[in-house]
Amino acid sequence: MNKVRSHIMVCGGTGCIASESDVIIKNLNDALKKQGYDEEIDVIKTGCFGFCGQGPIVKVHPDNVFYVKVKPDDCDEIVAEHIVKGRVVERLLFDEPITEEKVKEHSRMNFYKKQYRIALRNCGLINPEDITEYIAFQGYEALGKALTDMKPQDVIQLLTDSNLRGRGGGGFPLGRKWGMAANNASDKKYIICNADEGDPGAFMDRSILEGDPHSVLEAMAIGGYAIGADEGIIYIRAEYPLAIKRLEIAIKQAQEYGLLGDNIFGTDFSFNVRLKLGAGAFVCGEETALIHSVEGSRGEPSIKPPYPAAEGLNGKPTIVNNVETYANVPAIMLKGAEWFNSIGTATSKGTKVFALAGNVNNVGLVEVPMGTTLREIIYDIGGGIVGGKAFKAVQTGGPSGGVITVADLDTPIDYESLKGIGSMMGSGGMIVMDETDCMVNIAKFYLEFTQDESCGKCTPCRIGTKRMYEILDRICSGEGEAEDLHKLRELGEMIKGSSLCGLGQTAPNPVLSTMEYFMNEYEAHIFDKKCLTGTCKALAKYSINDNCIGCTACVKVCPTKCITGKVKEKHVIDQDACIACGACYDVCKFNAVVKP
Amino acid sequence: MKIKSLDELIKMREASVKKVNLRETGENAGETIELMVGMATCGIAAGARETLQSLMETIQTNGLDNIKLIQVGCLGFCHSEPTVQLNMPNQEPVLYGNVDKDTAKKIVEDHVMNGKLVDNHILIKSFDKA
Repeated sequence: MNKVRSHIMVCGGTGCIASESDVIIKNLNDALKKQGYDEEIDVIKTGCFGFCGQGPIVKVHPDNVFYVKVKPDDCDEIVAEHIVKGRVVERLLFDEPITEEKVKEHSRMNFYKKQYRIALRNCGLINPEDITEYIAFQGYEALGKALTDMKPQDVIQLLTDSNLRGRGGGGFPLGRKWGMAANNASDKKYIICNADEGDPGAFMDRSILEGDPHSVLEAMAIGGYAIGADEGIIYIRAEYPLAIKRLEIAIKQAQEYGLLGDNIFGTDFSFNVRLKLGAGAFVCGEETALIHSVEGSRGEPSIKPPYPAAEGLNGKPTIVNNVETYANVPAIMLKGAEWFNSIGTATSKGTKVFALAGNVNNVGLVEVPMGTTLREIIYDIGGGIVGGKAFKAVQTGGPSGGVITVADLDTPIDYESLKGIGSMMGSGGMIVMDETDCMVNIAKFYLEFTQDESCGKCTPCRIGTKRMYEILDRICSGEGEAEDLHKLRELGEMIKGSSLCGLGQTAPNPVLSTMEYFMNEYEAHIFDKKCLTGTCKALAKYSINDNCIGCTACVKVCPTKCITGKVKEKHVIDQDACIACGACYDVCKFNAVVKP
Repeated sequence: MKIKSLDELIKMREASVKKVNLRETGENAGETIELMVGMATCGIAAGARETLQSLMETIQTNGLDNIKLIQVGCLGFCHSEPTVQLNMPNQEPVLYGNVDKDTAKKIVEDHVMNGKLVDNHILIKSFDKA
């Protein structure tokens, strides 16, 4: 007789493990044992719940209580109060940022209310290291159905009808890609999963692999059947050790259960998956560069065509899809194209996972139907801007995208609409910026990233991004000239038009789009030598106003001793010696220090 | 164990589902039956854990899958512990008192499965408490 009456799910994603969720699991088990409840309560390590800003997350079933920011020291109380006495530990419940209500059930939280989970369906629900839990939620049924009831072309037709598009950035229709590879006859074909997630701030692929690795394996096997490949390769960056570990466990279990390997489901279809670890180069997210890296060559892109679907890995037809794209496939196979088409907008069907980060209250992973507006994502799901500050812009598409301003907050998001307002979907990073962020500095940050990640094969990208970065750096340190604006624009257009691959073709976007929407900030830096937000230290000029009562608090914290004045008299900052560290501003209790 | 056919996979799934059916995803909340067991100090002292275990065993023996068995804090009827509240969808909740393990079994088999109230143990029928 199974005596287990409750499951305590503890998030085992990288974010929560970093805040000691491993220790929480151990402490919970210890506490249960001490109280004599270890046989009737199971503690289960699960995948990412997506609510990373509130981690570590602990969820208790079946009462459906969702605890946030749990610390290892809280475990005794959770067991003694909740498990033994049935009393919910109020202080660990989530505080809704806007209404300031304590919310017990995750389904009532604004963060989860507007989400619709397809790719993340099993994250936070199953133990990713146990294949039977994946099977319990209809895992591998889509593969079984495809192999026993469908012809390869039926699979491709179904996915074509579903209008699923690649979630890695470009949005190419998956059915068409698979169809091309299927039609290219060859003795050997490959299915590759692109897990080289590199956008700053994006972590949906990692979370899927950590929380639901089997969904990707199953989809790759379906792809193998559809195009006639018997080998799958997951190209994953070595910086994702937990995802790699869970994938290795998943592959081993799937082989033990005969769901990968020879003669799957008793048919003559055989398929195996192996991992290929990358060193974490951004350019290897580009499919041709990725393929070269798998082959053992330098990760550099090459000219398309030929497309990988015709000549890919080792010159053979190869499909490269992104993790999130694969995670959608089993769900579509089971529920049908019509169901998938009922979600989303006219051109973009289904959902998209966004990694919500930056100055927003609820940082985390959110999956919403295409067509959701940015306002809904940032204010309803994200809980608004930290500290009630004003929204300034959101960067979508990582270093390849652009900024979206308050004017476009109500645009329903899909591939086309984002392109229309000068940004792009990208892999789904979403960085929220408020009134205190300097847009020139943001553009500089992204350029620093891309010029560093440029593989160097083509000149426009290698030298062009470097020059753009140098100009931005000059502007931020107060040495910008009027001509720089013209140079930035000219260089940007040139790099976009003449680079070999997507990295270079999109690298200038953050600069061009911030120049379009926030020209005033560029001009302030160049002509007035002023950074409107005080972010650029070289341009920051702190001063003290008449509120000063001469308490001398600022004098004591100033590291360069540049503040002078008598006790009970107004103080003065020596602008030349000031390094604009902001220490005086932070310490002043009388609003007397004026931040630039 | 190798899975050789779709049927074998379905069998595997049915066996595995038992392990995870505690975790309803919240989508069908409101349609499930809830059994709440008062597990405050007085309840535990009066044997609520035995009651809870008996409820669970009966639910499992009968293969019921739409029941949530939840332990809660003090229901306020310390004189009649252990107490069990039964919430059936679209019906007034019923509160049972002095529920030992046999009564617990009857609550599941008579009331939940056959809609027949268990006499002599009803503390309150119909009240506005979820």
